[in-house]
Amino acid sequence: MASAPLQQTARRLIDPGRPVAADAYAGRVTSAPLTEAELEGIRAQFPILRTEVHGHPLAYLDSAATAQKPQRVLDAERAFYAEANSAVHRGAHTLAAEATERYEAARRTVADHLGASEHEVVFTGNATEGLNLLATAIGHASTGRGAGADFPVHSLGERDEIVVTELEHHANLIPWQELAARTGARLKVVPVDDNGVIDADAAADVITDRTRILAVAHVSNATGRVSPLDALIAPARAAGALIVLDACQSAPHLALRPAELGVDAAVFSAHKVYGPNGIGVLWGRRELLDALPPHLYGGSAITTVTLEKAHFLPAPARFEPGTPRIAQAIGLAEALRFVDEIGLDRIAASEHALAARLHDGLAGMPGIRVLGGPGADGRVALASIDVDGVHAHDAGQVLDDLGIAVRVGHHCAQPLHRRLGLTASLRISAGVHTTPDEIDRALDAVSGIRSFFGVAGSAA
Amino acid sequence: MSGLDQLYQQIILDHSKRPHGVGLEAGEETSHQLNTTCGDEVTLALRRDDAGRVVEVGWTGQGCSISQASASMLAALLEEEPTGMADDELTSLIEEFRTVLRSRGTLELDEERFGDAAALGGASRYVARVKCAMLPWVAAEDLVQRHAARG
Ligand SMILES: Cc1ncc(COP(=O)(O)O)c(C=O)c1O
Repeated sequence: MASAPLQQTARRLIDPGRPVAADAYAGRVTSAPLTEAELEGIRAQFPILRTEVHGHPLAYLDSAATAQKPQRVLDAERAFYAEANSAVHRGAHTLAAEATERYEAARRTVADHLGASEHEVVFTGNATEGLNLLATAIGHASTGRGAGADFPVHSLGERDEIVVTELEHHANLIPWQELAARTGARLKVVPVDDNGVIDADAAADVITDRTRILAVAHVSNATGRVSPLDALIAPARAAGALIVLDACQSAPHLALRPAELGVDAAVFSAHKVYGPNGIGVLWGRRELLDALPPHLYGGSAITTVTLEKAHFLPAPARFEPGTPRIAQAIGLAEALRFVDEIGLDRIAASEHALAARLHDGLAGMPGIRVLGGPGADGRVALASIDVDGVHAHDAGQVLDDLGIAVRVGHHCAQPLHRRLGLTASLRISAGVHTTPDEIDRALDAVSGIRSFFGVAGSAA
Repeated sequence: MSGLDQLYQQIILDHSKRPHGVGLEAGEETSHQLNTTCGDEVTLALRRDDAGRVVEVGWTGQGCSISQASASMLAALLEEEPTGMADDELTSLIEEFRTVLRSRGTLELDEERFGDAAALGGASRYVARVKCAMLPWVAAEDLVQRHAARG
């Protein structure tokens, strides 16, 4: 199995100045994990964690689907509405200026968090929209008509190829399928092996000098594994392709520095990083964003408009037509301050210990198959499992009955499940507030599933 | 009985492991229902006698024990009716089934009318599972409506 390259990839994830997640994900923890007291302090900030479900304290192990929100994020959104609500970039009165300042300050916070410039940060509705923005803009550029004709640099045609991997979330697959269909370009796929691990060796064959776009998940939402970015990026770079990173499942767990990873664009959703719903981030290199036409058209994104034609502002305004998501951006900025104050290096150290506990516990269980294969190295604290003889939906019900919230289904990764001969799996995923005890509760519940359904002892 | 034991009564597990009515005939009219949240699938056919009464249910599918047991129990219900069911009987049965399943645990299914399928009433307390139990019944409803539309 390709665990060595995964570890190398993990080591490169963060800039060398910070001894961050990289080492944690390679199994060499350098930062101290959170102390019990710190964890308690963090948990106390999440009001929802006081909930009881079916008479049990809620164990929220579905952070990969959406993260819970600390009180300060809720307060930040509310404070905006209570103190400064106004349209941004559209007025001269004092409140409008204040709202604009808070919105742009939120953008700077995101930029700092990513080690990027504020010109490179576009607010979107979520990661899905960020990926669609790119695919749609490239589609517009490829038509040779309207505003698209003014931005021909990234236009695609029939000789071109778009490459994704077999484990992508549908959000990082369908927009590229559609772009290929619209432009005549060919969609190619880097396969996974029988465990569901990206076959890094195959990348060099799939990625050719015709590859114009490579779109890949940083961390798989189904297996929790860090993708072998080096093996994918090197040939794509050599081909001059645009490299798009789906950072949804890495952003909450490790310090994301997209420029240092050698990618051209990266997306994530605020709601998975303890931030609000309804907002996400597209980071893009300035040269890339300024060379793309808008994906949507409207006000706030233009310089001069005549009845015949519009001229567009540079990024990020070009990609934020209409009234933006102001309170949500402010909530996201607060969420990033929340994780940065704790330190993603320490979050990663703690979560690595949880990942090890989770995967060690699952490894010994009869009838349990882990998507992406066993082992915690090169992995976030997430495990999707198939329980032999029990449908994921039924398995999940056993955990729900014990107050343990997990995800069941295909996790928007149908092709990966199909490749592994499955239609659904049960996913346990941790967050910054997850305790070792909660992992143990989940393991305990999982170990009882097969006997509850009367399939224990049958051939695994 | 705990909620979980109520949901997964032995009879449900038995039906899901040894289902009734599995199998479709080539070319017969079917209704395919998919639960997009979890991927449960049922493809179901209603077989009629010369008088047009529904006498048999055939189906194939995959998914959780609730959806699969539900299809099996619907098939078993028809097996127990020697002269089958008229469309309006079947429709009122489906409507009653739906009403109970949407009752959030406040109503129960009558064993006289529903046979083994009465055990599915336990799903009504689990909002997320109602759709699983409904899946084959929705397929049957779809076929009855199509039949009516053809006149
Ligand atoms: C890897 C990955 N990509 C994309 C998405 C889409 O995120 P959203 O639904 O917030 O747009 C998700 C989350 O569901 C994800 O896990």
